[in-house]
Amino acid sequence: MDNAIEVRDLIVERGKRTVLHGISCDIPTGRVTGLLGPSGSGKTTLIRAVVGVQIVRSGTVTVLGRPAGSAPLRRELGYVTQAPSVYADLSVRENARYFAALRGLGAAEADRAITDVGLAGARDQLVGNLSGGQRSRASLACALIGDPKLLVLDEPTVGQDPVLRADLWTRFHELAAAGTTLLISSHVMDEAGRCDRLLLVREGRVIGDDTPAAIRARSGTDDLEEAFLRLIRQLDEVTA
Amino acid sequence: MSLRITFATAGRILRQLRHDRRTVALLLIVPALLLALLYFMYDGSGATFDRIALIMLGIFPFVIMFLVTSIAMLRERTSGTLERLLTTPLGKLDLLFGYGLAFGLAAALQGAVATGAAYWLLGLQTTGNAGLVVLIAVVNAVLGVALGLFCSAFARTEFQAVQFLPVVVVPQILLCGLFVPREQMVGWLEGISNALPLTYAVEALAQVGLSAAATTTMWRDLAVVAGATVVALVLAAATLRRRTP
Repeated sequence: MDNAIEVRDLIVERGKRTVLHGISCDIPTGRVTGLLGPSGSGKTTLIRAVVGVQIVRSGTVTVLGRPAGSAPLRRELGYVTQAPSVYADLSVRENARYFAALRGLGAAEADRAITDVGLAGARDQLVGNLSGGQRSRASLACALIGDPKLLVLDEPTVGQDPVLRADLWTRFHELAAAGTTLLISSHVMDEAGRCDRLLLVREGRVIGDDTPAAIRARSGTDDLEEAFLRLIRQLDEVTA
Repeated sequence: MSLRITFATAGRILRQLRHDRRTVALLLIVPALLLALLYFMYDGSGATFDRIALIMLGIFPFVIMFLVTSIAMLRERTSGTLERLLTTPLGKLDLLFGYGLAFGLAAALQGAVATGAAYWLLGLQTTGNAGLVVLIAVVNAVLGVALGLFCSAFARTEFQAVQFLPVVVVPQILLCGLFVPREQMVGWLEGISNALPLTYAVEALAQVGLSAAATTTMWRDLAVVAGATVVALVLAAATLRRRTP
């Protein structure tokens, strides 16, 4: 299978507002795809649709060949929400062990995931006492347990120090090399260059879907932030 | 539904509780302290204390577990952990039964402390067995958990969750026969009282107060409370949606 995720004509309304206006895109298997766009562009809504917790108006989301949210997918998916969704009143280890237990795995897998995100030294601390960056790494650890085929990470590197951020990106690419598909949202453009593929979203529409190199070439600049701006201007000129 | 996941979830909830020592202390001690208050209020009137303390042993766990559960479940919703759990192999019933099991265990401990204090320190006297009082208290607590899980679906904030206490719990306390004997109520009030599960729990406790052996009425009442618990859990499962707007 070439595409881990296939989205077709996805329309999502939240309240009276249309958040996604008929998005179609493919996320390739075994690659790191960056979902980029400003805050409020619909990134989180698209992610929620992929993990199958979003009510959609119309369109289809196919994940690993099945409709998003279907029961067998729940064993194949690791999901990190934007706010660190771990229990603040449990230690890092107790959190990881619980999420391991949900997948039928033991303490060894839980400890390995904690080491992977660099939290081995803080594993017995309560998550509530950790810094913001550590807390989101604790949340990430819980998603890594059991080597899911698909990792969906909503802004996983916010608040991390630069060295750790680089470590995490190295880890993401190791996972991709081993066949894991990663969909990672970010609103920081300097992370875009680290992705194999980019999906640029603005106001609920896909305005770019290509490799970073191709996007740079098309917009005629090496700076991805500038490239994003140019794509928006091109689009505005077309619609104007 | 998987037993392994249900037990893992109950274990996780108990571990959360264990880290919160103040809550554990409050859960274990407050009912006993309130009973002591009743003891001094009805100083010298043993029969009245016996009647009211016995009923309170059933009402306290119901109220406390309702409150604790609705807040705990609301936290799962607002912190994003619920959304995350629903993308894992965990079934809705695993989560709901996990809560029932964890808080049911906490209630058993609470019931044992409160009942022990009532009989040994405060001289509570019942014709029936104290073990039955603990049993009814635990079933009542699980009813509180189930109603709390169900009601938390309708609350978006802690403020709203707490407001369900006067809506769902207080009418049951007012109409259970503690303040006015049920047969003296106006017909329509008695009808409402008949439809409220706490009424049966209180009647079951009164049976323990009056009869040496467990009566058929007591078992029937207990079955009604257990049935209401199952209905509340099913309703809670129905309102727990994997997909949200």
